[in-house]
Amino acid sequence: MSTIRTEPVTINLGPQHPSTHGVFRLRVTFDGEEIIDVEPVFGYLHRGTEKLAESRNYVQIVTLTDRMDYVASMSNNLAYVRTVEKLAGIDVPERAQYIRVISVELQRIASHLMATGFLLNDLGALATPLVYCFRERERILDLFEMLCGARITLSYMRPGGVFQDAPDDFWNSLNTLISDFPNYLDELESLITTNEIVLARTIGVGLLSDTQAVDSGVTGPVLRAASVKWDLRKANPYEVYDRVKFDVPIGNSGDTYDRYYVRLQEMRESIKIISQCIEQIEPGPVRTETPYFIRPPAGETYSSVEGPKGELGFYMVSDGGISPYRCKVRAPSFINLTPLKDMLTGWKMGDLIIILGSIDIVLGEVDR
Amino acid sequence: MLTKIISGDEISKSIDNTLKNAVLYSDETAAWVSLEKIHEVCEILKDPDGLDYSFLTAISAVDYIEYFEVVYHLASLRNNQSCVIKVKCNGRENPSIESVTDIWQAADLQEREIWDLMGIEFKNHPNLKRILLWEGFDGHPLRKDFIG
Repeated sequence: MSTIRTEPVTINLGPQHPSTHGVFRLRVTFDGEEIIDVEPVFGYLHRGTEKLAESRNYVQIVTLTDRMDYVASMSNNLAYVRTVEKLAGIDVPERAQYIRVISVELQRIASHLMATGFLLNDLGALATPLVYCFRERERILDLFEMLCGARITLSYMRPGGVFQDAPDDFWNSLNTLISDFPNYLDELESLITTNEIVLARTIGVGLLSDTQAVDSGVTGPVLRAASVKWDLRKANPYEVYDRVKFDVPIGNSGDTYDRYYVRLQEMRESIKIISQCIEQIEPGPVRTETPYFIRPPAGETYSSVEGPKGELGFYMVSDGGISPYRCKVRAPSFINLTPLKDMLTGWKMGDLIIILGSIDIVLGEVDR
Repeated sequence: MLTKIISGDEISKSIDNTLKNAVLYSDETAAWVSLEKIHEVCEILKDPDGLDYSFLTAISAVDYIEYFEVVYHLASLRNNQSCVIKVKCNGRENPSIESVTDIWQAADLQEREIWDLMGIEFKNHPNLKRILLWEGFDGHPLRKDFIG
């Protein structure tokens, strides 16, 4: 009796592949249909942001941060300017803090909409759910355009505040968006949350346990989906997050469905935060005057914010000059890929695409 | 409630209770640990029944020309506190330090990044290869003496 001899097959996914959300490459080894080994290959979008920062002054670096996580520029701006403010001891006016929180929460919604839309795209629901998400994201980008003239690479924030106050018609448009949004989310949920195909494809797929999530340093919705209640907006409130009420949604099992559902609930919480900010905000200045060449005293600091992808931190060392001596970025997308191999092993090719999609990486931030 | 920042002096006392002579000196911001004992110190810090720093926020490296400094930012999710541990690494030719990948999986990609960009070798790392640049790239770009 003869037996069939089989051997593992290695397949190359990417770097040019629509489901890798950018230029990311995976070398996957299959035994039959089952994944037995994964080797991620990074660096196709490496631009040396940290090195470039060492030769620019503190205001110029704001534009470099836009290009890291390019679907969440506001959050990057905030993480960066907060570190510079801490290093140089710059105060921020209260109105600027409110405008910052409103804009980063809008950005969180925009980023989560993109994650959800592309997750559905990866599931095979080509284009339709994505267009539903992009329709609303477009309205948020219009609001950003009112704030600063740009839609993607915003550079809206400056050390000491924001670049300019929001125009009057911004507030009307924002109020309309806030009142429309819960209905819109209901509509989106009615398409996805109880959809039988989505449930069959995502529940129990790509599990990440709570202990491994903490051990491997993942943050953001990926960590919270694994039922770890850790959100820097609650754990270490910055700006005006201690004056607003909101919940931190968590998942039960850490599967792909939980990661989707945590993001969806976070969007509802963001709406709550924004509407409270609109009630509390008062007129006043939006920027503390700072010299164009900021010279922080020699020293170092680490500061982080809860970005849409997770903990976005900057570790900055100053030698008293006009540029940082060292500017290290703790990029959440990059570190969230640490447990990728364990999450993928044992699953099939089709699952690989959605597990990677549910981690929600942006290659501009992974490679920097 | 804000995250409690544990000063270098305080964390140095806690380490001293378990392991003597591991901390060289400390100040308000950080505790400097000797190069040989970093792995043991990290095991003490991670211990769930002790200090419980279960979360490795970031590993960074800074080139101070005379020496390299490897900086560990740690956080305890249960006690909501954070601390900073530093190690000085001498020698520009081939500086090396013990890997902490077996303690926190989070160190895996970050240590590879430091090896790639700063050229500090992590001993006992399971897969120490260049990560953002390609194999065969000459030099380590984040070093201050790198000429691009």
